Amino acid sequence: MLIKAENISVTRNKKEILKNINIVINQKDFITILGPNGAGKSMLLKCLLGFYKPDNGSIIKSPGLKISYTPQDFTIDKSIPITALDFITLNKKIENKKITEISQEFKIEKILKQQLSTLSGGELQKILIVRSLVDNPNLLILDEPTQNLDVSGQLNFYKFLNQIYKDRNISILMVSHDLHMVMSSTKKVICLSNHICCSGEPSTITKDPEFANLFGHDFANMMSLYKHDINHNHIEESND
Amino acid sequence: MIDGFIVNALIAGICVSIIAGGLGCFIVWKKMAYFGDSLSHSSLFGIALGIVLGFNSTIGTFITCLVFAGFLTYLQNKNIFSNDTLLGILAHASLSIGIIAISLSNQYVNLDAYLFGDILTVTDQEIKFFIFAAILVFGTLFFIWEKLVLMTINENIAKADNINTKIIQSIFLILLVIFVATCVKIVGILLITSMLIIPAATSRQITSSPGKMAIVSGMLGIISIFFGVYLSVIADIPTGPSIILVLTIIFILVLLLFKKN
Repeated sequence: MLIKAENISVTRNKKEILKNINIVINQKDFITILGPNGAGKSMLLKCLLGFYKPDNGSIIKSPGLKISYTPQDFTIDKSIPITALDFITLNKKIENKKITEISQEFKIEKILKQQLSTLSGGELQKILIVRSLVDNPNLLILDEPTQNLDVSGQLNFYKFLNQIYKDRNISILMVSHDLHMVMSSTKKVICLSNHICCSGEPSTITKDPEFANLFGHDFANMMSLYKHDINHNHIEESND
Repeated sequence: MIDGFIVNALIAGICVSIIAGGLGCFIVWKKMAYFGDSLSHSSLFGIALGIVLGFNSTIGTFITCLVFAGFLTYLQNKNIFSNDTLLGILAHASLSIGIIAISLSNQYVNLDAYLFGDILTVTDQEIKFFIFAAILVFGTLFFIWEKLVLMTINENIAKADNINTKIIQSIFLILLVIFVATCVKIVGILLITSMLIIPAATSRQITSSPGKMAIVSGMLGIISIFFGVYLSVIADIPTGPSIILVLTIIFILVLLLFKKN
């Protein structure tokens, strides 16, 4: 167990945002949280990260747990002059050797010296992830990481994320709206609508009546046809 | 031989420029120009308090600005009005109360000196205070620099990196208050923000990292103090506006010479 939320509830402005949520994240988990707007997805992440203390319930972390976080809607103001490299190492003590290694691994050597404000959405997202990986976290939390990316950018991003998941001893918890991608890459889906409606493997969850309630029957039917082991290369070729 | 009052003016100016260099960058990055303006407007209330109650105006300014910043932060967290509206109300309310208090005090007060600054009347005692303030602000800012930059880029990433953003933000506000309390004497209430914004905005165009931007910004401030004071003495014009004029000319020159792309 890396981190566990036990019966957490959050009420804001008399509205119950999270109702008795129980989640356990174990080693090598790849969990995606789905849910409509206002379902409390970001709030749940904030509670797990410790930014916000739930009104009830508790968050239990395993000792020495290192969490990295990629926020929603990351943009950089043009008035701040900072290179990708300076941003990656900002407020972190990292050896140059590690930087060289990781930038080769993720093929970002060419953009390291560039100003952050000149990078494309996809490059910026990559730099964010690299920054969160340099000090070897056990858990990577991502809040709608592909929001600012176009379709091919999203595909590349998920490929990139899958690579990270395969190569490293890391767990991933992600909030996402890209249902197609989620169904193909994630290992477990949690559907949230202030409470946990349903959870399970992508292939089985689409058959859950709660899933159909949340996203509509047409959508659930469409998703249930989706193959889990979809061929990424095929998608990429057709996009090139 | 340079007159003593000019030496004092230059030392005071250098101290203020050093503080403004680093703080000004954050004012530009965080888009806090209006906040800086409001803070300096509120300082007149502090000056008035000092005059009426008979204590040092710098201490009066420091205390009122601190209360102002605290009260504003409290109201911002309440989220009832936009930042803009809150600043507009608080700044002009305290400016008005300050002017009324001064006029009711029945003492002769040279309001111009507070509105536009009077660097040439800086005393030896004040110089000691300026040097102390410069070292304090520079040292503290150096210590929290990376955390504050990260917070400015993205507060949630900073929180995830275990930075106590509330404490760092409060420290930043206190440093800003110290700056305003120090700078009123140099360029005056109405021009304080320009001392923060113009050097930083000029520096942004020719630098590629946050640290360099702060250093160059501080140097530009020092240059403008020297030329501004010189201009003021030879042309017999008010010193505060003269310093800002030099800053503006440098800003325009850099804008024209280093036009990117």
